[in-house]
Amino acid sequence: MTIKKLVLIAAAALLTASPALAADDMLTIGFTVSRTGKLNNDSTAQMRGFELWRDELNEQGGIKVGGKQYKVNFVSYDDESVNARVQQLYTRIINQDKAQFLFSPYSSGLAATAAIVSEQYGRIMLTTGAAEEKTYKLGNKNLFQVYSSADLYLAGAIAAVKELNPKSQVALVYKDDPFSKAVLQSARKQVSEAGLTTVLDEAYSPETTDFGPVINKIISAKADVLLGGGHYPDGATLARQLYDHKAGLKWVTLLVAPDSPNFATLGEAAIGVSVPSQWEPQVSFKPDFGPTAAEFTQRFQAKYGIEPGYHAAGGYTAGLLLQRAIEQAGSPEQAKVAGVLNSMDVTTMFGRTKFSTNPKEHGLQTGHEMVIAQWQRKGGNVVKEVIWPKSAKTSDILY
Amino acid sequence: MAGVIASIIDGVLVGAVYGLAAMGLTLIWGVMNVINLTHGAMIVLGMFGLYFLTSALGLPPYGAVPVTITVGFVFGVLVYWIAVHRVIGRAHLMSLLSTFAMNMVLIGLGTALFSTSPYNVPVPLPGVTWRGYTFTGTHIMAAVLALVIAGLLYLLLYRTRIGKAIRAVADNRDAAELNGIPTTQILSFAFGLGVALACVSGTLIATLFPFTVLSGGAYELKSFVVTVLGGLGNPAGALVGGVALGLIEGITTSFMPVSWTPIIEFVLFVVVLILFPRGIFAFSRA
Amino acid sequence: MTAHESSQGPAEVAVPRSAERNGLLAVFLRQPFTWLIALVGLAFAILPVWGDNVQLRESLLLAAVYMTLASNLNIVLGYAGYVNFGNIVFFGLGGYVCVYLVSEWQWPLGAAALTAGISVSLLALIFGLGILRLRGAFFALATIGVNEAVKAFVANFEPWGGAAGIYLSLDVYEPLGGPGEALWIVYFLIVAVMTASLFLSYAIKSSKFGLGLLAIGENEDAAAVLGVHTPRYKALAYSVSAFLPAIVGGLYFFKTGIIEPGGAFDLTRSIEAIVMVMLGGIGSVTGAAVGAFLYEELRGILLTTEAFSHFQLVIAGLLLLSIVLFAPGGLMGFVYRRWPRARRLLQ
Repeated sequence: MTIKKLVLIAAAALLTASPALAADDMLTIGFTVSRTGKLNNDSTAQMRGFELWRDELNEQGGIKVGGKQYKVNFVSYDDESVNARVQQLYTRIINQDKAQFLFSPYSSGLAATAAIVSEQYGRIMLTTGAAEEKTYKLGNKNLFQVYSSADLYLAGAIAAVKELNPKSQVALVYKDDPFSKAVLQSARKQVSEAGLTTVLDEAYSPETTDFGPVINKIISAKADVLLGGGHYPDGATLARQLYDHKAGLKWVTLLVAPDSPNFATLGEAAIGVSVPSQWEPQVSFKPDFGPTAAEFTQRFQAKYGIEPGYHAAGGYTAGLLLQRAIEQAGSPEQAKVAGVLNSMDVTTMFGRTKFSTNPKEHGLQTGHEMVIAQWQRKGGNVVKEVIWPKSAKTSDILY
Repeated sequence: MAGVIASIIDGVLVGAVYGLAAMGLTLIWGVMNVINLTHGAMIVLGMFGLYFLTSALGLPPYGAVPVTITVGFVFGVLVYWIAVHRVIGRAHLMSLLSTFAMNMVLIGLGTALFSTSPYNVPVPLPGVTWRGYTFTGTHIMAAVLALVIAGLLYLLLYRTRIGKAIRAVADNRDAAELNGIPTTQILSFAFGLGVALACVSGTLIATLFPFTVLSGGAYELKSFVVTVLGGLGNPAGALVGGVALGLIEGITTSFMPVSWTPIIEFVLFVVVLILFPRGIFAFSRA
Repeated sequence: MTAHESSQGPAEVAVPRSAERNGLLAVFLRQPFTWLIALVGLAFAILPVWGDNVQLRESLLLAAVYMTLASNLNIVLGYAGYVNFGNIVFFGLGGYVCVYLVSEWQWPLGAAALTAGISVSLLALIFGLGILRLRGAFFALATIGVNEAVKAFVANFEPWGGAAGIYLSLDVYEPLGGPGEALWIVYFLIVAVMTASLFLSYAIKSSKFGLGLLAIGENEDAAAVLGVHTPRYKALAYSVSAFLPAIVGGLYFFKTGIIEPGGAFDLTRSIEAIVMVMLGGIGSVTGAAVGAFLYEELRGILLTTEAFSHFQLVIAGLLLLSIVLFAPGGLMGFVYRRWPRARRLLQ
């Protein structure tokens, strides 16, 4: 064991020194993308955000650090939306590909799995597309959350509903996965605090494709408000089937799914559905560095041909923040960069960013706020408008 | 109460399609004592068939039905000759593993070609609304078609010569051979038939819900449950079993969280297997 | 019905019956195969440490896990001829029990893993008594039913995290000296369990119990007539074959840091265990180990080679198909036929 301990210490020293060795004008960032599987829609959007940031950065010559310029190189694999692969691939990314920094996979569940690996090996990971707070309460040292956490997601919708009809009957129907459960846990409390009645509270398995039984229950419970959903495939299917079943709801807020531009393909079924959003192209934050929302939207549209949703914006921002941290740290060393990230309090096109340094919830995003967007019919087209908070809205609520 | 009835009707409608799927499985089992573990992959084949026929060829959704029946049949005969023919007389383990291996190959190819991302075929069909609950047109249509196809199968098995030959081989292969029936040909025909049924049930399911390359597994498991309920080897029993399963699903979802349904299904499955290995309806000679 | 389509004849009893009364351990120590197993275990333990090769450790860890699963599966599948399609349920349940005890009740890893093993074995005994009455395909289907029922149940069981599962807090690694150390310790423990599995498999095969199982595999009714108490033997085999996979499941999921129903009760992994046994040679201790090792290495390569990652399943399927159609004896079947002396040495 003693020999092994010596070897381990030597290895540890080598590993912490390696960023400097591997640097050589290149910085390697590793992550997995759900190129296939149920999360592919949202994950691809996030990846495009990463790639836009990297391409723009490399065009400018790279990150300026202490007199040198580092271009960024990505190492990424397909995790197929599956935990087991995330686990194996991040282990490989760290040990074999020697990535110096990590981005998380998309979705709270996969990010939590990746976080365990990144923490086991002590690498900085910026999480984006990961809102669940529990991950940050497990004693980490190197995680940094870009998104607002899950408990804030439905707060806006609940406030809006209360204003429209304080006697609303609320149905909570959500996917049984870490993210949605976390959101709904807070939502449940917020609903009762707002004095609204909860008439149905049910989780559905992530494998569900038949929402008929649950929709029948929603109808039986005489609900007029629905809060819940999960990610893209189930959210889109639920929205479509709600429409087919004529469920008669006055207000539907679904997580994640309606933010994707693909949601527009649902046509009539999309109208009126709202989504809690981390960011919309219409927001007008004045950034300390990086592009404004409008500039980002324009560049993204030019490159990919569609409007960015908040997943893409989150991805781009993760890159921006890391870049800023490395520049300010003056070195790509883990400890220095982490130090800068810990003391960061900035505004970018995404909004305000500040990470918690409380060791019990290290990395939790504390500065960022959310908006609600809703699909409405404008001039013959189905478009997304911001309806809440009132200070940021671009259109009236469709009730 | 209306809600419960609505769920039951919904369940029965879907159950007819489950029954159709299981009929394919049970037919093959009854005729040649082989449990076709490619069943799930064949269902997926039917699902993707619908997707491509409607999007690439612009066929109306229900027009895809006869196409998938035919394609499924051909595929089934192919699978028979590749994986099943050599292992027919041997230990069960061998045919289980060979069909399962075939399944892995097909699903693997499917994943390589289509990835595990979800696909959807929207079928706009007006539904029937009753007391606030809507029964989607697709559900009704699927159930009707399932019954029609089941009826056609019955006609085939009991009113045609080839049907008679199939039943003869199922009863006693050697005797049938001695009577001049080309049993190997009949076996491959029957296998093709069973797979065609699985395929078309996949097509019908795809009109109801979105699917992925991996969706077949869940329906295959449901088919096992139905087959055990209805009696291995008994197509009529499979239809009844399917409707029964749909009924059970409808009832359980009304009274308990929807996510408990699989528990009930599988516990029922194991219990029925232990207590009634020949199926509750025990018409068969498994 | 017999599962032994292979060229494997009746059991090669390497240990004379009298030994059962005269100090079994001493006799085993004289068998070269025992030393071979020990050597394999040692190799697994030493190689990654030499050069502090973490990537090698990770890949050997997976190999060791699968070797454990395959050799224990062999007891029921290879010896007694019962196809346990749902064998992964032991692995998953063991994982859940262990992770739950560690995370909710702060138990030390060793105690939690051991408890997992014991409780799952007992559960297996109970389940087994029910489903082992079924023969052939019915039994196989029933094991699938058990796996799916347990998966669906756990997905609804809130104390175990429901469908989202349990995420281990990083401080569970502190008692072991932090995550880095913990990963090594868990690795050594898994290697130990794997080695124990090989020993167990070998010991059973050479014992009277094993003879009974093999007789059941050849012809169950004849065995019963000849005095083998088949229900008891089968139940015991099923239960014993659950013990070590449950422990290794506990260790594996502790190391992974998260457990959820889909990954814990993955039917595909279960079937892959069967493929491994078939590939290596059904009924052979060496076969199960070699089959598992080769398959896992192949899988590892396919996983990260972009072009092939999707073909993993296709290749595995083709492999299994070829074995079933053309070489049901697997690798060791071929080896035994070619070099009959190998039979004595490589059980």
